[in-house]
Amino acid sequence: MNLTFFFQNVVNALQWGSFYALIALGYSMVYSILMLFNFAHGDIFMVGTYIGFVLTTGLVALSAAGIVVLPNWLILVLTIVLAMLFTSCLGMLVERIGYRPLRGAPRASAAITGLMIGIILQTTVLSIMGAQRVLYPSLIPTTAYTVGGVSVTNIKIMIVFVSIALMIALHQFVQHSKWGMAMRAMAYDYAVVPLMGISINAIAALTFAIGSALAAVAGIMYGMAYPILDPSMGILFGWKSFVAAILGGRGSIMGACIAGFLIGFIEIFVATIFPSTLRDLIAYSIILFILVFRPHGLFGEPYSARLRL
Amino acid sequence: MLLTVKNLRVSYGKIKALQGLDFTIEEGEIVTIIGANGAGKSTTLRSISRLEEVEPGTVMTFMGKDMLTYPPEKVVSELGISHVPEGRRLFGNLTVLENLRLAAFARKDKGMVGRDLERVFAIFSRLNERKDQKAGTLSGGEQQMLAVGRAFISGRQLMLLDEPSMGLAPLLMKRVFESLEEINKEGTTILLVEQNARMALKFARRAYLLEAGRLRLQGFCSELMDHPEIKKAYLGG
Repeated sequence: MNLTFFFQNVVNALQWGSFYALIALGYSMVYSILMLFNFAHGDIFMVGTYIGFVLTTGLVALSAAGIVVLPNWLILVLTIVLAMLFTSCLGMLVERIGYRPLRGAPRASAAITGLMIGIILQTTVLSIMGAQRVLYPSLIPTTAYTVGGVSVTNIKIMIVFVSIALMIALHQFVQHSKWGMAMRAMAYDYAVVPLMGISINAIAALTFAIGSALAAVAGIMYGMAYPILDPSMGILFGWKSFVAAILGGRGSIMGACIAGFLIGFIEIFVATIFPSTLRDLIAYSIILFILVFRPHGLFGEPYSARLRL
Repeated sequence: MLLTVKNLRVSYGKIKALQGLDFTIEEGEIVTIIGANGAGKSTTLRSISRLEEVEPGTVMTFMGKDMLTYPPEKVVSELGISHVPEGRRLFGNLTVLENLRLAAFARKDKGMVGRDLERVFAIFSRLNERKDQKAGTLSGGEQQMLAVGRAFISGRQLMLLDEPSMGLAPLLMKRVFESLEEINKEGTTILLVEQNARMALKFARRAYLLEAGRLRLQGFCSELMDHPEIKKAYLGG
């Protein structure tokens, strides 16, 4: 493998890993404060992508009809902001309807609920949008730059840049804001949080909202890079990002980001060496192998009994 | 009356933890509930904080308001009832200062929080020295101070304390109780739950004796200290 080829794949892997990392964050954040895995998260990502698709298509049509003429960059910004907003509402709704009534129930119940919500979301999108694949409208013409033989598109740069910026913003929020502090406290000892005058439900809703908003951004950027969408796209993406959350260490935000990128790298590099039909077989065997030796993930703490008041 | 509790009943499945308690607390008082392990002392405090679902028929009013309509976080933020839980339960991953700031999360009088933080650091100077240290690295005594400090910030009408003496050396215990006295003098009513009956009876004005989910005795501490039953069972003769 020559150096140019190697760096070309690094660039591809950074983009591919960005999607996993952003989605894995949603799994990890929810797990860290509520100790449940939101198995509907992959489908929330899918719905976020479709919301982005509808918004973009709608705004482009409005512009074309001359009703409200907006430049393409503004359409993109509006799409991202509104899709984050709507998708976070969906996340909060899922928490409110699906998970909150099950707070005290065995954890298997919440897992099953998550799977069912996932199916409901898929079939809802299917019934509204139809089964045919839809084409994500292209807002920004793709420009390719070649740096030392490595080809980089403006879309790729944007995806990696936006993902890393969001991760840093999330980190700052969690470490330095009052709400972030409450989230960290809740991750440590859930049951004492109300004694500080803080509503557990409010923090849970916030966490679902943030995780879903990040998934929406991942979805829109995915649509820009791979513009073909179908309602089952969230399944495999969701599971792989869930693997990233586990590989990063359950509940670890930094772990989820790093593991998301790591899985992106493993997948891309496996595909360069082996036939692409074997990609997931080999890539996930490698990850399984890592988890055998580090069952609590790269940055997770060994299984600890959490205090419950 | 600051707090009035009537017919307080709590069950865990078939186990009846509290079987109809009646008690009151006046404003500015220090009241203690003593009793053996498992008598229901913690459950009583947890019921007041609304962490425990009480059975129908229970009446709890605080400054004339029906407490049963309040969720746990509003008991703290709107009624001003703070709770130092059993085992302190600090957020070990947060610094001392963050633990205290978190306790001010829902306070509306943001301007007063800074002054209260200073007050906490004045009462417990050890915490000031360690304010940027993770709470999990504090010694037992310091942790108890932080737990009390956190309650001081979160609600000042009534402070519920669950076994603050647990695991503390006598000298530290004395220090913690002295600061509680100071906090009480500044206007915070205190309800203390203790297994260490001697300490509690010396500290409080009135006491209730809880046995197997029922109140057996009540009265002024000065009188209860000489009560033959309490002397025999709780003060070691």
